Amino acid sequence: MRTLLNVTKTFDKKAARSQRWDARKRYLKDSYILWRRNRLMVAGTLIIVFLILVAAFAPLLATHDPYEQILHNRLEPPSIQQYFGTDNLGRDIYSRVIYGARVTLFIAILVAAISTPFGLVIGVVAGYFGGLIDEILMRLADVFLAFPKLILAVAFAAALGAGVENAIIAISVANWPGYARLARADTLSVRNNDYIQVIRSMGASNLRVMLGHITPMCISSIVVRLSLDMGVIILTAAGLGFLGLGAQPPMPEWGLMVSDGRQFLVNQWWISSLPGFAILIVVMGFNLMGDGIRDILDPHLR
Amino acid sequence: MAADLLLSVKDLKVYFYTLRGLVHALERVSFYVNRQETLGLAGETGCGKSVTARSILRLIDPPGRIMSGNIFFEGRDLLALNKAEMRHIRGSQISMIMQEPKISLNPVIRVGDQVAETLLVHDRSLNRRSARKQAVDMLAQLGIPDATRISRRYAHELSGGMGQRVMIAMMLVTRPKLLIADEPTSALDVSVQGQILELMQKLTKDIGTSVLMITHDLAVMAQTCDWVAVMYAGDVIEMGLVRDVLKHPQHPYTQDLLKTIPDKGNPNEPLYSIKGNVPSLLEPWTNCRYAPRCNYVMDRCKREIPPRYVLNKSHQVACFLYEGQGEIEMDKECFKETASP
Repeated sequence: MRTLLNVTKTFDKKAARSQRWDARKRYLKDSYILWRRNRLMVAGTLIIVFLILVAAFAPLLATHDPYEQILHNRLEPPSIQQYFGTDNLGRDIYSRVIYGARVTLFIAILVAAISTPFGLVIGVVAGYFGGLIDEILMRLADVFLAFPKLILAVAFAAALGAGVENAIIAISVANWPGYARLARADTLSVRNNDYIQVIRSMGASNLRVMLGHITPMCISSIVVRLSLDMGVIILTAAGLGFLGLGAQPPMPEWGLMVSDGRQFLVNQWWISSLPGFAILIVVMGFNLMGDGIRDILDPHLR
Repeated sequence: MAADLLLSVKDLKVYFYTLRGLVHALERVSFYVNRQETLGLAGETGCGKSVTARSILRLIDPPGRIMSGNIFFEGRDLLALNKAEMRHIRGSQISMIMQEPKISLNPVIRVGDQVAETLLVHDRSLNRRSARKQAVDMLAQLGIPDATRISRRYAHELSGGMGQRVMIAMMLVTRPKLLIADEPTSALDVSVQGQILELMQKLTKDIGTSVLMITHDLAVMAQTCDWVAVMYAGDVIEMGLVRDVLKHPQHPYTQDLLKTIPDKGNPNEPLYSIKGNVPSLLEPWTNCRYAPRCNYVMDRCKREIPPRYVLNKSHQVACFLYEGQGEIEMDKECFKETASP
């Protein structure tokens, strides 16, 4: 209502700026209300914020050096000195879990940064040009989609050699087809809009149309998909670590730590279980947050 | 031809390869537009007006294909240009206004930026700030009050008339030589139509732009156009100066079309409608397509394609009724069946 009234006022730059600022503030406020209404999303967001804070302040939170082996102190149960106990090499599991947050975030962020733009480009190109290009790119994506993500990631990680960097590449390779399909579907629905025809009739090149007018329309669904995928990415990374194809010892990676504790699972449950819990909680946090983001970005719910 | 010829379309033939068969969308579209003049392209829905417009900009997407013909723009054949040259012509030399402003503007880009985009597409050296300034100036010229503020709006915040003004600004900001207006006012309120047409006329006159006005509204045509070309089922059946065609229509179709306009002076007169239906464009063109609906139909109309007879310098018509009254238009070979490539 306020904006409608303002129309009648004569234009002045300050008013316009404050109007735009108001609109932005309103949007943020609405988002905040939607966020607060969804309890699960609040929980998810808090978990992720907590994860980020832990990763950022790992050196302050850790009580021990995560790499330090005190062999006479191995397989100690959780205690006041060592909250999560020690593993078979006498390393403090609590400190390793704390540092593991860094590795997990590092992998998740890099996979997102590699696979989403790649999938986006492939999908937009396929959807925009259609025909043979579409056919080739999408059949290529189908090849990747034909295998379960973890299997594919394992295969690539094995082929590339073990290591965090290669695990990131392997997971990205397994991940991009989902984004490509999504971007293609969005592109197909945007492509035939009249305003795209108008832009073309103005002499815009294909590149310009794709970058300036189609890609922005695909971003929101990709963001939602990505936030829902984050959990799977972390799970896959942990899986690779567990299988020995991801992070290599002595890196404090959660999947690797779960794997380390396997042989002591019956008598020294804390070695595997506590890093496992960390994975569980973080994956759940990302999934809850992803669901919520979908709702917040959905204009119908506003 | 006159020295001030800007665009001439000659025997344009466009087919669409659809699943239902070959659609003969355009068969023999010929017309010309002089500099600083307005040509109206009339005809009922589906006769190929919009396809013609798109063909000129070479924006026919598969399954459509331009089979043959020439489109000469300032002496250059547009159909012979490469993609980059064609892209340069679009927007900077020839612009097109679409029917529906609401869906022709990008919903997520501020309208001012869209107007500026046209400039940026064609001038890489231009920076965004000065492009925006020019855009605002253009919007102001179109009678948009408080253009700076409006330029920051999104398409959905504007009324239809305002949206169409933005479209016109977008298309004229580069000062093109030809403006193709594809039914620019049919989506607007009647009360706004006049304003928009007037604005378009004034601006195109100022800039010196020729206009190809596509419309099925003959009143609009009478008001704004210098020349008229009447299309029927993919063929231009009559072309001439607006007063000649509207006052003395020659082709039976044009005559019937003019009769369909309701007479506002006489409420009791029954409305006139042309009998029969628009022919299917799936069938090949072997005879006069208007023959089944024509009041003057002769045997010959069902067997042959009528050539275009030039009645005088400013009037030509494709109908056997006028055989012997004028020369057959242009070079005769264009009426031979062109072998499809």
